[in-house]
Amino acid sequence: MKTIKNIGLVIFLIGLGIFAALPLLGTYKINPSTLDEIVTKKRIKSEIFIEGLQKSIVGKEFQGMQSLSPLVGSAIENANTQHVKNKEYKKKIYTSASEMAALIGKKSGTGFMTNNKGLMWFLTFGFGIIGALMFIVPNVVLLGKKGIKNDGIYHENSTNKGWIAWLVFIFLVGFYLILYFKSEYAVNWTYLVDPISESLSGNPAGHWFVYGFMYCTVMTVMAVRMYIKYRHNVYQMIRTTSVLFFQIVFAFLIPEIMVRLQMPYYDFKNVFPLDYDFFFQWNLNSLLDSGGIGLFILVWGIVLTLVIVPVMVYFFGKRWYCSWVCGCGGLAETLGDPYRQHSSKSLFSWKIERWLIHGVLVFAVVMTGMTLYSFFAETGTVLGLKTQSIQNTYSLAIGSVFAGVIGTGFYPIFGNRVWCRFGCPLAAYLGFVQRFKSRFRITTNGGQCISCGNCSTYCEQGIDVRAYAQKGENIVRSSCVGCGICSAVCPRGVLKLENGPEQGRINPTEVLLGNDVDLMELVNKK
Amino acid sequence: MEHIVIIGNGISGITAARHIRKNSDKKITVVSAETDYFFSRTALMYVYMGHMKFEHTQPYENWFWKKNRIDLVKGYVRTVDHQNKKLVLQDGNTIDYDKLIIATGSKPNKFGWPGQDLPGVQGLYSKQDLDQLEANAPDNKTCKRAVIVGGGLIGIEMAEMLLSRKIPVTFLVREDSFWNGVLPDGESQMINEHILEHHIDLRLGMNLKEILADENGQARAIVIAETGEEIACDVVGLTAGVSPNINFLKESGIELGRGVKVNPYLETNIPDIYAIGDCAEQHEGIGQRRPIEAVWYTGRMMGETVAQTICGNKIEYKPGHWFNSAKFLDLEYQTYGWVFARGPARKEFEQHFHWRDSKEKICVTIAFNEESKQFLGINTFGIRMRHEIFDRWLTEKRDVNYVLEYLKDANFDPEFYAQYESKIVSKFNSKFGTSISPKKKSWKRIFATSKTC
Ligand SMILES: Cc1cc2nc3c(=O)[nH]c(=O)nc-3n(C[C@H](O)[C@H](O)[C@H](O)COP(=O)(O)OP(=O)(O)OC[C@H]3O[C@@H](n4cnc5c(N)ncnc54)[C@H](O)[C@@H]3O)c2cc1C
Ligand code: SF4
Repeated sequence: MKTIKNIGLVIFLIGLGIFAALPLLGTYKINPSTLDEIVTKKRIKSEIFIEGLQKSIVGKEFQGMQSLSPLVGSAIENANTQHVKNKEYKKKIYTSASEMAALIGKKSGTGFMTNNKGLMWFLTFGFGIIGALMFIVPNVVLLGKKGIKNDGIYHENSTNKGWIAWLVFIFLVGFYLILYFKSEYAVNWTYLVDPISESLSGNPAGHWFVYGFMYCTVMTVMAVRMYIKYRHNVYQMIRTTSVLFFQIVFAFLIPEIMVRLQMPYYDFKNVFPLDYDFFFQWNLNSLLDSGGIGLFILVWGIVLTLVIVPVMVYFFGKRWYCSWVCGCGGLAETLGDPYRQHSSKSLFSWKIERWLIHGVLVFAVVMTGMTLYSFFAETGTVLGLKTQSIQNTYSLAIGSVFAGVIGTGFYPIFGNRVWCRFGCPLAAYLGFVQRFKSRFRITTNGGQCISCGNCSTYCEQGIDVRAYAQKGENIVRSSCVGCGICSAVCPRGVLKLENGPEQGRINPTEVLLGNDVDLMELVNKK
Repeated sequence: MEHIVIIGNGISGITAARHIRKNSDKKITVVSAETDYFFSRTALMYVYMGHMKFEHTQPYENWFWKKNRIDLVKGYVRTVDHQNKKLVLQDGNTIDYDKLIIATGSKPNKFGWPGQDLPGVQGLYSKQDLDQLEANAPDNKTCKRAVIVGGGLIGIEMAEMLLSRKIPVTFLVREDSFWNGVLPDGESQMINEHILEHHIDLRLGMNLKEILADENGQARAIVIAETGEEIACDVVGLTAGVSPNINFLKESGIELGRGVKVNPYLETNIPDIYAIGDCAEQHEGIGQRRPIEAVWYTGRMMGETVAQTICGNKIEYKPGHWFNSAKFLDLEYQTYGWVFARGPARKEFEQHFHWRDSKEKICVTIAFNEESKQFLGINTFGIRMRHEIFDRWLTEKRDVNYVLEYLKDANFDPEFYAQYESKIVSKFNSKFGTSISPKKKSWKRIFATSKTC
């Protein structure tokens, strides 16, 4: 069994290694027609840029994106400087260097990689999946009897912030940086999944398709790990199946198929304000231009945020979304599960959390207000602030850096819910409902708590669960996503996630059940 | 300002300190020798097993004490001079008190076995014991086998700990079935099976004769009294119960038995000195309880109670219905009310109904009065139960039929778990010729009178 695991690990690392090397490999041969196509598609009017590229790249071959990308960048820069100098603003190119390089790269790849997409897929994704499963599945036997299996978590390098954790951290952060800011280096990855993308939407894959596909793959493999680790816990099994289903079907398949059917790309479960650009002008326009389905999506999106979400939170708590449906939550609950113990439980972190997450919510709401005002008033500025630049700031700082780079990249160091806990505006909104108007609570079982701290340690949202449990008090916290792990790891059966009557849900107690009834009456009534 | 001094920063001492702070402005000092801050003794095992770091066992952040004006002194109290209301510490310092609470907990029992003090032989009680175990048994190369002597709750925890590092364990249990002084036969039997399933070398009905040393004076083997068998090992865990940690009080004039003798107000024979937690011994057990109760919950309850008395609301220690819980490897155990395994505690009229699932390691034992049918208590393995509901039923003196009829209300397992109530009830029906049909769970009933009790 151990051997299978080790072989699996090696295979996985080979797959990962190839995947990680791909951005810098490959051959790009630029045909004149490629440039023409892009010029037409992007409506480029800058002859300086076109001539520049014709000289520097057309007809040539490049080894690796790192030799091609800088030339594209300097061509754009050169052209733009000239045009600004000559006040030819219409000719200025607004496409970013990365995007331009990615466009050119995608059309110019040649050689082994582009001719053997299937094989390359197998060597990367295939090896990754097979290796990871070989590493994970033997645990069915190795973990022994079913039950809580947290042995050695704080002895293992990878789960105790050792060098492996830091490597994972660097890898994840690097991956997100490429995805958000240097997408030309993802071109080779897109080749791997072209066949899959073409069979779904009919289009070749872009880097977001790579991300979506990878997301689903990683979640599926890590869900297998969850099934094995928590096989005694039916709640975990069902919940894991649910997040997996919503990710694969709603976030991945349906939007791609909608594109094939000439409909707008839309994830029906992505709720505003997490889906922060739902009310952006381009999206509204695209929805309004898409006829019946566009209108339906518009109404659905609004009803979802204003009615469905709060009503569901009233009945089930925010867990129905955050740990049963949401994609960010889904990744956190699968890929992130080995790191859940790293979320800080200090009061200080809780303070930061409340400032940050509510700050982001305010930011999102204000930005959307400006956006809508601009849309209906047909103006670009509100109170002297440019709507566009506010939107850009949000997209960059919150949408990309916070949700992506920090939110996922920091898993191995700060725990698996950094984004959900500190940043997600939807979580903040659901949190209000959960805290003030909901049937959901984690019930504490009378006086049974022994203050051991397992629940707090494994709370991914950094809630000091024990602080409530040892007082015999139910846990009613806006940040709780109802993952159910505290209940699972409690060795004394103290915690139960429940949807019950609102009355008595919050029950501050000083003297716990089990002591003198008169004393309890006296002290707790005060 | 009145100065309250507490010896011992365990659950009982700290609970007392917290409640005194809540109810008064008195000066509070906690003196303890073991650690700087309060930690949860019950969680020691999880540190060794790598589920947590030691800091996670501390229920309060370090700033808590200063903020709540609870002064912490690290030091060992050598003597209590009650005439001058003064404590003398090991380092010679003294502390004056107006009221003193003794909350010094327990220490592991040693029964004079030859070799019991050899290096490699240890108990599992304190933080120091944990560190010792980490040194003695870091892995299965340093410690090729461990022998655990004494089949109680700490013994099985220690076995689980060692197993987590793949160290082979031999488990000497004096009784002829695990913990059968407390657990009825069916349950004890199930735990035996579970222990064996974990590949623990379980030796029932065996006592320790002596521990042998190697040429370096390190423990190298144990000898079993009954068979004379010698078992080679690197670590010997002594877990044959605990007793009050009160040696330092021998000359103090405070009345001692096995523990510090207290009356129902937790007062000792000396005015202004109280004792709580593991180290306190009631002159007579309260209800069916024993005079010394070395469990977490009772320590906490005594702390809650004595704080009232000290803050001017003199109140008797009157614990409510008995409850407890534990975990045997992967099996969770809970108990509410009294289920006595055998006499003398088990009276003639105490009848048991036992149900065990045919596949899973899940079982239930319900004790009731044979004549009046009054429900007396329940033990559950692998099913979590709702404390409030059983507490209420015990107070209301419900009969056993009622308990079975409404058993679903008491279930506290996580959502979507398999339910066993119907199976349990149908076995009960066939055994006692009743025709109870279990009622559906009702929130209304569950939260009916659940204000505090
Ligand atoms: C491994 C283990 C697991 C357990 N698991 C459970 C469980 O699951 N459920 C349960 O109910 N109970 C459990 N118990 C029992 C429970 O932990 C004890 O009942 C409880 O901790 C006793 O608390 P206490 O405050 O009375 O004393 P303690 O926690 O023992 O605290 C007393 C403190 O006083 C200090 N002290 C003693 N003498 C002096 C002195 N002269 N000067 C200064 N300081 C002194 C000691 O060093 C110690 O730190 C467990 C015990 C152990 C050892
Ligand atoms: S895990 Fe359970 S027993 Fe331990 S502190 Fe949390 S609620 Fe209490």
